[in-house]
Amino acid sequence: MVVNKNKSSKPVIEIKEMHKWFGNFHVLKNISLGVNQGERIVICGPSGSGKSTLIRCINRLEVHQQGDIIVNNVQLTGDLKNLEAIRSDVGMVFQSFNLFPHLTVIENCTLAPIWVKKLPKKEAEELAMELLTRVKIPEQALKFPGQLSGGQQQRVAIARSLCMQPKIMLFDEPTSALDPEMIKEVLDTMIELAETGMTMLVVTHEMGFAKKVADSVIFMDEGEIIEQNDPKNFFNNPKNDRTKLFLSQILNH
Amino acid sequence: MSEKTYKPGNYPDLPPPPGTVGVYGWIKQNLFSSISNSLLTIISVVLLYYLIDGIIGWFFLDAVFDADSKIACRKIDNGACWAVITRRVGQFVYGFYPETERWRIDITFLTMFVAFAPLLYPDIPKRKWLLYFSVFYPFFAFVLIMGGYFGLQKIEYSLFGGFMLTVILGVCGIVCSLPLGILLALGRQSNLTVVRTLSVCFIEFMRGVPLITLLFVASSMLNYFLPPGTNFSILVRVIIMFTFFSAAYIAEVIRGGIQAIPKGQYEAADALGMNYWQKTRFITLPQALKISIPGIVNTFIGLYKDTTLVVVIGLLDPLGIGRAALADTKWNGLSTETYLFVALFFFVSCFAMSRYSLWLENKLNTDKK
Repeated sequence: MVVNKNKSSKPVIEIKEMHKWFGNFHVLKNISLGVNQGERIVICGPSGSGKSTLIRCINRLEVHQQGDIIVNNVQLTGDLKNLEAIRSDVGMVFQSFNLFPHLTVIENCTLAPIWVKKLPKKEAEELAMELLTRVKIPEQALKFPGQLSGGQQQRVAIARSLCMQPKIMLFDEPTSALDPEMIKEVLDTMIELAETGMTMLVVTHEMGFAKKVADSVIFMDEGEIIEQNDPKNFFNNPKNDRTKLFLSQILNH
Repeated sequence: MSEKTYKPGNYPDLPPPPGTVGVYGWIKQNLFSSISNSLLTIISVVLLYYLIDGIIGWFFLDAVFDADSKIACRKIDNGACWAVITRRVGQFVYGFYPETERWRIDITFLTMFVAFAPLLYPDIPKRKWLLYFSVFYPFFAFVLIMGGYFGLQKIEYSLFGGFMLTVILGVCGIVCSLPLGILLALGRQSNLTVVRTLSVCFIEFMRGVPLITLLFVASSMLNYFLPPGTNFSILVRVIIMFTFFSAAYIAEVIRGGIQAIPKGQYEAADALGMNYWQKTRFITLPQALKISIPGIVNTFIGLYKDTTLVVVIGLLDPLGIGRAALADTKWNGLSTETYLFVALFFFVSCFAMSRYSLWLENKLNTDKK
């Protein structure tokens, strides 16, 4: 396990008694969660448990109907000014990469810094090359996403988010769409990112990753946070029956 | 044949069996794969020979390219009588534009290619400078064609006709309807109820009314709807109608393109903090327009050919000029030659548009390179 020296007790995300409905369907029920700066949290649970919806609420890709979400001391409301400020501080990596197929790798990385952060083009390109080097694909900068493998695309997606120099990174099942031999390269990139002290919320089924880098593991089921614990206790003696069942299903095969 | 054994992992790449690739392989597979297939091939070749022989004979070998009348043509040879075209080619191209001023049309037409080059070919050298010219070109073309400034003789629009009229209507309609179509497509997807309702009403009305009706409106009624005191020439009114009509179609084509973009693209853009206009400019439109290229060009080609409808409100497009030529007792009965010539002009223009769209699709295809 990587010891987290960057963790502080300064909260960057506070979720208080938050509820969300899709139509009449109650997807998130009474969620309360605090994330400190530098903290790494892994969220797992069966499909349909609301874990993706939860992290998508944090940058308001989904709108919650009740309760509070406070990111970087800013309350998430319908106010567009707040929203754009929060979104440029919160990076997100998706299961299906969502790279812009009509732009080259480097254009994917520089688009938002140039237009949202108003960075000069040259600076944005230097930053992008630096981050592409960090995810180990600087030589692909001029290619289009369609010419890269899944693992490479996901690493570009990580670099693209990092180019906005976010304070928080959200990962929504980043390795679920990848072929087995490509999962490792993406996880390695995420582990390196964790070592830099980034605040990370990761929805994943990669329990090895959770054991290695997480400060805290959350188990969700049917829209509720069932259990939250440090990885050691979470995996070795889960308290809730549903957590035990889930762990037995994904670990013993 | 390849009875040799190899150790696992060492099997070499062998060439394909002989006779399955190359010219010989292709002919064998596609033309002579069975007895019935071979028979069909031979029959087709013989039929093609007679067909082509007849066509070339009528069009070129037995054709008459210059004569005083149809009767004079027939005395010389029995093929096509192209004299009806060669004797009246000026009218076919320029309508009744004064002969001494026709150079103005020539210059406008040639410089049009310079003005379009930087828009159509993004990789062209010195693109930035050429773009300045593209912006300036509409004024340049207007002054040169209409006259009345800088000592140029003022030409009445009623003298316009022939291919020149087709190109003016077609190009103006195409250039104006693309941006309007994009705005309408975005408007129809807008969250603002007023904008969306107006866009939907405009699109549905324009699509639901025959173009000829719109042209009659243009020629007779449009001035009632415009603020008092404004008086556009019939040419401008017709261009406005063509623009509105094809913009409605283009809007729907582009809307299809917008809807084909995966939701994840918007989520990624949202997550990066981009606002509506940034998303539209950098994410939505480039992808939607690329998907819509075949549909957009389809609409453009339709618009270009529909310009012949202006004949019903008394403008002399190439078909009108052709009819005038056929009404002449000297050329009575040469409708085949006349209409084939007009058809050739339209075919060349439309085929060029179609090839350009294919080229552009290929160029923008970033998946495999």
